[in-house]
Amino acid sequence: MAAAASFLRGETSYRIRKFKSDGMMAITVGATILTLIPLFLVLGYLLFKGFSSLNWAFFTHMPAPVGEKGGGMANAIVGTLEVVGIAALIGVPIGVGAGLYLAANRASQFTNWIRFSADVLMGVPSIVIGIFAYAIVVRPFGGFSALSGSVALAAMMVPLVTRTTEEMVLLVPPELREASLALGVPNWRTTLSVVARTALAGITTGVILAIARVAGETAPLLFTAFGNRFWSTSLFHPINTLTVQVYTYAISPFPDWQRQAWAGAVVLTGIILALELGVRWMTGGAAKAPR
Amino acid sequence: MSELDSSVAERVTVVRRERAKPHVGVRLIGDRIFNVTTFSLALSILLLLAGLAIALIYDSFPAIRQFGLHFLVSTDWDPVNEQYGALPFIYGTFVSSFIALIVAVPLSLGVALCLSEMAPDWLGHRLGFLVDLLAAIPSVVYGLWAVFVMGPWLRDHVEPLLAKWFGFLPFFQGPKVAVGMLSAGMILAIMIIPYISSVCTDVFRVVPQSQREAALALGATKWEMVKTAVIPYGMTGVIGAIIVGLGRALGETIAVAMVIGNSAEISASLFKPAATLASVIANEFAEATSDMYVAALIELGLVLLIMCVALNVVARALVLGVQQRRYREMGR
Repeated sequence: MAAAASFLRGETSYRIRKFKSDGMMAITVGATILTLIPLFLVLGYLLFKGFSSLNWAFFTHMPAPVGEKGGGMANAIVGTLEVVGIAALIGVPIGVGAGLYLAANRASQFTNWIRFSADVLMGVPSIVIGIFAYAIVVRPFGGFSALSGSVALAAMMVPLVTRTTEEMVLLVPPELREASLALGVPNWRTTLSVVARTALAGITTGVILAIARVAGETAPLLFTAFGNRFWSTSLFHPINTLTVQVYTYAISPFPDWQRQAWAGAVVLTGIILALELGVRWMTGGAAKAPR
Repeated sequence: MSELDSSVAERVTVVRRERAKPHVGVRLIGDRIFNVTTFSLALSILLLLAGLAIALIYDSFPAIRQFGLHFLVSTDWDPVNEQYGALPFIYGTFVSSFIALIVAVPLSLGVALCLSEMAPDWLGHRLGFLVDLLAAIPSVVYGLWAVFVMGPWLRDHVEPLLAKWFGFLPFFQGPKVAVGMLSAGMILAIMIIPYISSVCTDVFRVVPQSQREAALALGATKWEMVKTAVIPYGMTGVIGAIIVGLGRALGETIAVAMVIGNSAEISASLFKPAATLASVIANEFAEATSDMYVAALIELGLVLLIMCVALNVVARALVLGVQQRRYREMGR
């Protein structure tokens, strides 16, 4: 009788534990769904509001004067391409070179310092990078410029590219390197045409992800590239970018500008998601940017 | 015989060496150029970080000299009278990040556990991919969405409920507006969830299967297994992930600048407009007229930089410390 009672008690306590377990696991599923809701809401609003606001004028026209309806972001689209392109020209060689160095000199104390600096740089807020570019480019040159925006974005790209390059190079089997060295190929040629060549797909992936990451940045451009209502491709003048234009229009009081902000946002997000998804699709979903 | 051999061998080596000499020289020069180049590129990262700190200190020096440490505790932010204090922004930064963590950490842990323990592999990876997509959306787009969709929704549906249920707390009193601390904290939470959850998912996925099986063999239910085997094993990684998320939240600029309302006032009410270090720089830098104004804004940037670097160092020390402790335990 007593045995049966305790058995029964055990049964109920197991039931309670099982019930609690199922409840908690259901909560995790609920958390996942709750987390994905904003994603679908943001994308949904972008598609709904953005596409209804898009028209040809958006791609081919300049911003309209204050208070006038219509106009587009032609200069901002070109500006984003220019600023990000030049940032990549500055940042990618530095990042790849530094990554090769880190991968080749694993054990030294200096390498640890570089790796630490790269990690800290990745954690520096983008607005602080903007102040840095302001201090070293805008002030000495005496004005806002496309170049200073590129310098800011390049400073953000460097640590990202460095760390992916290092990781990708370390994935190359050491036998490949040793085989090349044993054939008498000098170290520098081995590194460039055997090791880096083998890791090229991975490095390219990292570079594209870094470009996608900085293309969506607004904060470091606010007081470097600054924005420009007129057509400009000069490196030494203020230049318009999609992100800054979307920001300006979004906080403006004019409904037509707010409409164009949605249009700009859908183009911007489209470009960035295309880059990220393209890279993931090519690499079979393995690619992930360091953060 | 052996004499002959050795003399031939000697001659051969001499000939080889002579032939090889210029080649080896070229090779060494090539290597040297390559080494020096990659070394200086690596060094440039260190210089970049040092330059960043030096530039910020140098450019904020007028404000540092003028206000000293008082800058950090003063609540005056009055550009007209050239009085600058950072406290409202430090407060805003911490409170908005804290709200973000309170919302994001439980959700991220839920997502990570769901992806690593509940979902079958094929589904888990697809869901993880979707969560990662949240990190790819530019912050200005989040800001736009928060201004026109989330902010008004919070004002009309969430803030009245909070005021009704928790209205006795000073945090949930005052007029309900679309822009303010709560909006900023919520958009930050949405933005940092993918960072925290993706690190946590990776951490939970590498928990050895043997740990889980051991817990189950002892009669644990699934949740008890998670609680006793999975989470403790990945605790270091979870803390690291939370710190990564906090770092993001502290430094996030544009989305916050668009919804926080930008008011340099300290108020207990979360419904009221506030400002963070990053948001005030974004909003006022381009319009700062006097040199002292610019210097004060750059000093705010310096404070933010120090906070983020310190966080990074603490995270590293923590992770290293726990790793070393684990090694010691394993040694015993």
